[in-house]
Amino acid sequence: MTTASQETRCGKAIHLEGISKTWGGAVAVDGLTIDVPAGSFTALLGPSGCGKSTTLRMIAGLETTDSGAIRIGDENVTRKGCSERDLSMVFQSYALFPHLSVAENIVFGLKVRRVARERRDEKLKRVAALLGLSALLDRKPAQLSGGQQQRVALGRAIIAEKPVCLMDEPLSNLDAKLRHEMRLEIRALQQQLGFTMVYVTHDQVEAITMADQVVLLNKGKVEQAAAPRHLYERPSTPFAARFIGTPPMNLFPAEIFGVLSDASDLTLGVRPEALKFSSEGPIAGTVRAVEFLGADVLADCMVAGTGFQARLPAANMLAPGQSAQFSFSPEDLHVFDTASGRRRDDLQTEIGARLRA
Amino acid sequence: MIKREWIYGWLLLLPAMVFLFAFTHIPAITTLINSFYSTPRGRRPAKFLGVDNYERMLADPVFWKVLWNNLWFAIGTIPVSVGLAILMALWVNDRLAGRGFVRMAYFTPTVLPLIAVANIWLFFYTPGFGLFDQITGFLFGWSASNYLGNPETALNAVIVVTVWKEAGFFMIFYLAALQAIPVSLKEAAQIEGAGRWIIFWRITFPLLMPTTLFVSVNAVINSFRLVDHIFILTDGGPDNASSLLLFYIYETAFRFWETGYAATLTVALLVLLSLLAIGQFFFFDRKVHYK
Repeated sequence: MTTASQETRCGKAIHLEGISKTWGGAVAVDGLTIDVPAGSFTALLGPSGCGKSTTLRMIAGLETTDSGAIRIGDENVTRKGCSERDLSMVFQSYALFPHLSVAENIVFGLKVRRVARERRDEKLKRVAALLGLSALLDRKPAQLSGGQQQRVALGRAIIAEKPVCLMDEPLSNLDAKLRHEMRLEIRALQQQLGFTMVYVTHDQVEAITMADQVVLLNKGKVEQAAAPRHLYERPSTPFAARFIGTPPMNLFPAEIFGVLSDASDLTLGVRPEALKFSSEGPIAGTVRAVEFLGADVLADCMVAGTGFQARLPAANMLAPGQSAQFSFSPEDLHVFDTASGRRRDDLQTEIGARLRA
Repeated sequence: MIKREWIYGWLLLLPAMVFLFAFTHIPAITTLINSFYSTPRGRRPAKFLGVDNYERMLADPVFWKVLWNNLWFAIGTIPVSVGLAILMALWVNDRLAGRGFVRMAYFTPTVLPLIAVANIWLFFYTPGFGLFDQITGFLFGWSASNYLGNPETALNAVIVVTVWKEAGFFMIFYLAALQAIPVSLKEAAQIEGAGRWIIFWRITFPLLMPTTLFVSVNAVINSFRLVDHIFILTDGGPDNASSLLLFYIYETAFRFWETGYAATLTVALLVLLSLLAIGQFFFFDRKVHYK
């Protein structure tokens, strides 16, 4: 596919500057400012109703913005229609035209733009080969499996080699195995063709495995925008800490630890996989239930009225009702200000040391 | 045991079959038989004539006239009412203020009995002080005109009433079909750079084809079936200018009491209708996308 990559224009950067959208009094998107670097893969992640799909539709031009500006490349596209924004989109339902064959679906946009027939056929051949659709070009969408339909939607999105591609939960209708395959395939396609990708998902695994940058949204606002690893290792709020990672991070009010009774304004976080058995550990809990996961066991425990989970090697024999003490290394401790929800890295060493003492 | 089940089966079918035979199958077959016989009169029973009635029909200038009228009537009503129905459906499917009211307004002609409708239109067409004459007289200073009394315009005047009556009914089918088309298809087309015109011709219209087939079959049948308004508006005149095939059959059978010949005309109508329906299915079948 060297010819394709040579022809591909590089992706364009996208800047959202304080865009907002209100649906009859309910704020869906609230002053969002996001930078999507050119050629990057950015995932918009968040629980349902956080405004991620609305944001994507505003970038696409399918919704108008109430305020703020959208820039694609050097151009302000805020007031432009979606056909003038030079982008492609894959819908959750795939939105394939049911009366057109696979080939006609893929070249629909080229036909609308009156691309010459030889050029159209040549591109179609290439895209079909790239996505493994060559044998299916004469079929109708209804005669395809879910994964094949997904590929056709991808084909329609990439054939025109637009600098920006938007995807709205494209994998949510596939089964787990296929989803994993398509995840790898979409990521490879994006890197090969070099376009800028904005990908909406509510699945943190998808976001973390595919994206260069994850933008975590909550109630129409950016909770944190960072690389996946950074988001996991340094969540900036308790919401981010609990949204990323399975099972979610354990959060404790600081005052349940005797040594920290003066620090009642802090919340402490430790990931379940960072907890270890240790007779001198600062967390002394009671085991309530044990889940066997194969390589690991997940212990559901209780300390001073706060529930928490620990992921331990399966070699550990645990029984409900048993009391157990856990420790963790100081760098695995996350400190948050309870009132503001801010991360307090300045206190991490101090609190860690006081807990050990 | 099996015999008993057969009895139950037939008993269960019986009520429906009695009505079906009494009102559909037996009359249809009797009509076919009668079309080969002469009309029975008081003391003279019906006599077998062979194809005499059919020969008479082919030589009957009125038959050809009403058939020709019916063709024009179909050509005048079907495309216009189907086209109008699509336009109105697209219009009321959009987000516009008071669209519930507009939908109701479009559907009203369907609810009204055709006889009542015809009486209203009779007033519209009245020479001199009818609505149309008042408007054209006021705006353009035209003199009084007699749309229904003039052989040139009588059929067209009837066509206008039929279109007005039918378009709203067909609109409801198109509206339902439009609402079944996912919005994301339109959005996907928009993203691919398609304007309203292309979206309509390449996406919406092809997806409406099953509805178009259904509606046009209905429209064809209606163009042979709907004659109520002719009784009120023109009574087939002047000089059979606005008479249609079914109206002519009615006149032959129940005004001239030539039931034998009327049966022959009815058979011709039925053959014509079945040919049209079959033809439409074959014509459309390649072009219709069913889900």
